[in-house]
Amino acid sequence: MTDLTVNNQTLSSSVQTQEQRQQKVRRLLLAPSLITILIIGVLPLSVVLVYSFLEPGAFGGVKWNFSTNAYVQLFFEADIFDGSLSFTTAYLEIFWRSISLAVMATLGCVLVGFPTAYFIATQPPERRNIFLFLITIPFWTNLLIRTYAMLLILRDEGVINIGLQNIGIIDQAIPLLYTEFAVSLGLIYSFLPFMVLPIYSSMEKFDFRLLEAGFDLYANRLKVLWRIIIPIAKPGIAAGCILVFIPSLGAYITPEVLGGGKSMMIGNLIYSQFGAARNWPFGAAIALILMAVVLISLMVYMRRTGDKGGLSHG
Amino acid sequence: MVTPKNKKGKTMKKTIISLVAATGFGLLSQGVMAAGTLNIYNWGDYTSPEMIKEFEDKYDIKVNVDDFDSMETMLAKVSQGASGYDVVVPGEATIKIMIDKGLLEKVQPNKMSNFKNIDPKWVDVYWDEGRDYSIPYQWGTTSFTVDTDVYKGDINTLALMFDAPKELKGRINMLNDMNDVINAGLRYLGHERCNSNRTQMKELFDLLVKAKPDWRTMDYSIIEKLTSKDVDLSQGWNGASKRARKDRPTLSYAYPKEGFAGWMDNIAVLKGAPNLENAKLFMNYMMTPQAAAMASNFANYANGIKGADKFMSSDLNTSREIVIPAGSPAPEFVPPCDQAVTDLYTMVWTNLKK
Repeated sequence: MTDLTVNNQTLSSSVQTQEQRQQKVRRLLLAPSLITILIIGVLPLSVVLVYSFLEPGAFGGVKWNFSTNAYVQLFFEADIFDGSLSFTTAYLEIFWRSISLAVMATLGCVLVGFPTAYFIATQPPERRNIFLFLITIPFWTNLLIRTYAMLLILRDEGVINIGLQNIGIIDQAIPLLYTEFAVSLGLIYSFLPFMVLPIYSSMEKFDFRLLEAGFDLYANRLKVLWRIIIPIAKPGIAAGCILVFIPSLGAYITPEVLGGGKSMMIGNLIYSQFGAARNWPFGAAIALILMAVVLISLMVYMRRTGDKGGLSHG
Repeated sequence: MVTPKNKKGKTMKKTIISLVAATGFGLLSQGVMAAGTLNIYNWGDYTSPEMIKEFEDKYDIKVNVDDFDSMETMLAKVSQGASGYDVVVPGEATIKIMIDKGLLEKVQPNKMSNFKNIDPKWVDVYWDEGRDYSIPYQWGTTSFTVDTDVYKGDINTLALMFDAPKELKGRINMLNDMNDVINAGLRYLGHERCNSNRTQMKELFDLLVKAKPDWRTMDYSIIEKLTSKDVDLSQGWNGASKRARKDRPTLSYAYPKEGFAGWMDNIAVLKGAPNLENAKLFMNYMMTPQAAAMASNFANYANGIKGADKFMSSDLNTSREIVIPAGSPAPEFVPPCDQAVTDLYTMVWTNLKK
């Protein structure tokens, strides 16, 4: 009896030590990646968080005094006339413009990206790779250069206007450039591959005989699209929307170059706080709020797709 | 433990060299061979390779030039210390900030042998009274450029930007720069710059809001905006205007009667520069008319060195953009505004662009 207990104890303790050792090894092996995440992810963000609660220093930088001014400033400003605090919509309008442009870019990408991805997925396998390769070609060039190429196409003396004038459709250049249209077009062009690739990957393994089955059961084309193809592609569409929406929201170069710089977007607003406005805490606060907006929209998405795990399909 | 020894050795050497320098011989004699390196941090496309080459050959010093794209970038990088750069080229407002923050070495160019070449009007400047820290590199003006084929009237008035005539409506590019736009507006209204008077600032805000629909863009790439005919008027710098005129000969640079801004980039030495002595040699070299002329011929701006015009291209010496015509107001050098005014400016700017 005693023997048995002792044996049992040693057994369980040896199992425990083995488990402990394994856990130790596991932790040790995980350490490099955890430390990396800590240094390149958490640390800079904590700096941003801390800075957003400080006072702006003279000519840039921060003063180490606690202050919530940066957050108050987002909604209230001192009136130009008398200096009294009043509700301001300036920043909300900038947020609103950025969000609506990002939504337009996302919708545009779905409209163009979905048929493209469908087309690629229906090609014979050896051709698919060529098309996928073609989709990635724009990525070989810097974003700024691609945006400038758009500028050359859209401007008054650009390809479109001169072309239309030469055919005689218009006599005077249509002002395409420096409008919200130009900005959305630029964003769609820049981020389209982020939409095509996830949608393609969700449709790639699709058994297209199911479509024939649908037709056999007297579904028309629209019904087949709506009841079979779109549900299959949905995780890809959702992942693509996230991948397009987030960078569009913070876009800086495209609105600056194609929008003419007359109206601010969130990206420009944040940049100016670290530049001419010399208000680092406020810049940090806006950056955090932008992140919160993105996180909330992600969470909404997660809840909607539930545990089907849309992202892993993408 | 090699480092402490090295460090000590270095400081020892530094002390000896600065002792020599203090006696004045180190800099006066051209025979000093300060073989080694020099790291320069300047605006992009702004450093004449010819001028650097001559300096390298003359003193047997290897020069590395690095670029920044804005004063803020430069300031953020060098305020952390140990940037490795020796020489920086800050604008006049920034150099004042850098001196106040203790970022610059007090190298006293005013005691160097070539200091006599500096045009006296650039010695007692607000950003470095008496020139204890810096010497002029290039200077210019910030005004605007108009196509005189499109607008045939008198161009020397700010009204063209803030109360645009019919021909120019929707054909204007403003600099995407808070201070340049607001200060130009204040000049047009006849109000002080760095203005904290809320009534006057409200007046300014209303002026900008009224003018904004006439502006097509607000962008720094003014040469491209003008030469591509996206706009017919652009706010901007004189040298850029000169370069745009090469492609579009009907352009003309305006000297508005209400006033316009001047700016100057200055050569200064960073505190803790690893190659302090070479930096001083470079400073003294840059005060020779030949070197200053090479810098100007490359960058297309004026310098502050007497006698440099003899070595400058005739094109520079006669062009309307570089030589301010008689009867124009003097360029105004606006000191950096304090934080309260900057906050007010920022509010006007954000509400203008919301």
